[in-house]
Amino acid sequence: MSIFVDENTKVIVQGLTGGQGRFHGLRNRDYGTQIVGGVTPGKGGTDVDGVPVFNSVKEAVDATGATASFVVVPPKFAAAAIMEAAEGGITFIVCITEGIPAHDEALTYNRLVEEFPGVRLLGPNCPGIISPGKCNIGITSGDIALPGGPVGIVSRSGTLTYQALHELSQQGIGQTTCVGIGGDPVPGTNFIDCLEAFQADPDTKAVMMIGEIGGSEEERAAEWIKANMTKPVVAYIAGVTAPAGRKMGHAGAIISGSKGTAQAKMEALAAAGVHVCQNPTEAGEKMVDIVRAL
Amino acid sequence: MDLFEYQGKQYFARFGIAVSPGDVADTVDEALAVAERVGYPVVVKAQVKVGGRGKAGGVKLAASADEVREHAGNILGLDIKGHVVKRLWVERASDIAKEYYASFTLDRPNKVHLGMLSAQGGVEIEQVAEENPDAIAFLSIDPVVGLDLATARRWVAEANLDEVARDQAAELLVKLYTCYVEGDCDLAEVNPLILTPEGTVHALDAKVTLDDNAGYRHPEWDEYRATETEDPREKLAKEKGLNYIGLDGTVGIIANGAGLAMSTLDVVNQVGGSAANFLDIGGGANADVMAAALEVINSDPKVKSIFVNIFGGITRVDEVARGVLDALARVDIASPIVLRLDGTNAVEGRAILADHLNENLITEPTMLDAARRAVGLANA
Repeated sequence: MSIFVDENTKVIVQGLTGGQGRFHGLRNRDYGTQIVGGVTPGKGGTDVDGVPVFNSVKEAVDATGATASFVVVPPKFAAAAIMEAAEGGITFIVCITEGIPAHDEALTYNRLVEEFPGVRLLGPNCPGIISPGKCNIGITSGDIALPGGPVGIVSRSGTLTYQALHELSQQGIGQTTCVGIGGDPVPGTNFIDCLEAFQADPDTKAVMMIGEIGGSEEERAAEWIKANMTKPVVAYIAGVTAPAGRKMGHAGAIISGSKGTAQAKMEALAAAGVHVCQNPTEAGEKMVDIVRAL
Repeated sequence: MDLFEYQGKQYFARFGIAVSPGDVADTVDEALAVAERVGYPVVVKAQVKVGGRGKAGGVKLAASADEVREHAGNILGLDIKGHVVKRLWVERASDIAKEYYASFTLDRPNKVHLGMLSAQGGVEIEQVAEENPDAIAFLSIDPVVGLDLATARRWVAEANLDEVARDQAAELLVKLYTCYVEGDCDLAEVNPLILTPEGTVHALDAKVTLDDNAGYRHPEWDEYRATETEDPREKLAKEKGLNYIGLDGTVGIIANGAGLAMSTLDVVNQVGGSAANFLDIGGGANADVMAAALEVINSDPKVKSIFVNIFGGITRVDEVARGVLDALARVDIASPIVLRLDGTNAVEGRAILADHLNENLITEPTMLDAARRAVGLANA
């Protein structure tokens, strides 16, 4: 099994006719994902390499039965695109857009929670989600993932997610699902949402968690793990040497005063029984040991 | 982007928030002209983006033209924790009956806005939070609902602001919230928010951090960007469209992706080195980007070796390899380069470099090996 998306998930791409949307949307389709349509206002009736384009999400959903959307539009249109997806009947929204204003994110997140409680948003500013061999929505290169489980991956960082997939796949260890939750201040889906889903998924036997400086999501995840998680968790936190007060690439990766340091997160996770590793390679090796001992 | 106090006050004024009458001055004569215009006594304040300027002698009261001349002369050029004062804010001095604290920021864990209000202002709010947490009235604000006057009125009562200040404070808080939201602030803080003996409430200081992501809908921010004091390396990087942060070490870092770049800094540190910078070249690492990245790092005289850490996902490693060779042909790089290339088309990428490897262009199979090699070269 996998979490959130599988081989039956029908996906539309909002922004399919743009450069990025076309590139990633078609890559996702070539991976085997059911990309059933695209949405670009004013371009309904056309197609992108055989994928039909609709004028609105509503039209696309009515015509295709899609339940998931891949939002790949510029920052100034992203909040509206996410709301249109929810209003159009989509229940799983993946937004990879980087650079959305924080106030737009906060407003959109709360509107979704209040008006569309059944809708899950992944991102923004995330690499997406891949259930290897079944469904890939986003920018992750499908060939570095290995189907069959038993490891679930949840990560705040893009390239470190690829690194984690690579470390495991090279050792012949597959993944059930790999979720990139993104590095922005208001992520739609957080660590706990994913840990909860992995804990409930019978095929996921262990979880790798990749965090970074800023915020307190890792600390909250540690509390949740301590209280609820029975499966082994390996964690790596990037940014031990990051200076305070500087945004390290991601809008959310910033140490404010003494809050959000890698050290505090690593201590919280270790206290919750998580195997905390010092670098991505060590985390990969640790997970290999755990899986081989299962 | 952090604003100077004067910019914060000008930003507040756009939203109708009361501040003391005043203006900026870059010279003693300008300071004097502002003082004459707003009326004595005035406060002459150093404009630096660092705390503790009062203790450093950067804030002075002046009751006469002579005193303005003296203080403005002393403060201009003053070095406050490495920040040299180039600009002053001169404003009409206020009599203070009470000092309060007010701010709005994002409550990340709860994904709502957070208002903080205290009748104990004028000191660091962190100190109040530690010593007397009950003195801060926290208000969670749903971004969908916003802050209305009725809620603000209950809030100022809860925070125990003086009766006489409450109506004005509530109105000011609604305006401050509007500034925070419509002005796309990450932080809008007033400390102190004062009550004068005459019973008026206004902002005596302004601390504003703007969300750079919202810059596209705020053309008025251009003037703030123009006054940003930057590390020259960071300025060069920004011109080239690179995400760069200057640090103090000797190993120059180039990585694709913010997480990997951060992780690279950590690994270099773990094997006994120190990074000269954070540099994320992002997803499209073509020859131009790589050349620009190497050029920026090359401009840092502290750099003794360069560690290029690439994990190809969308970025193809063969393109990165071509980019490095292209860059070397264009830029004369002073330090040896150690590359770790993995991911999409890594085999092709390493093959492209194979014939060009020498003591100044080295590849290593893993991130750890490459970090050790780069640190060894930097410490040699």
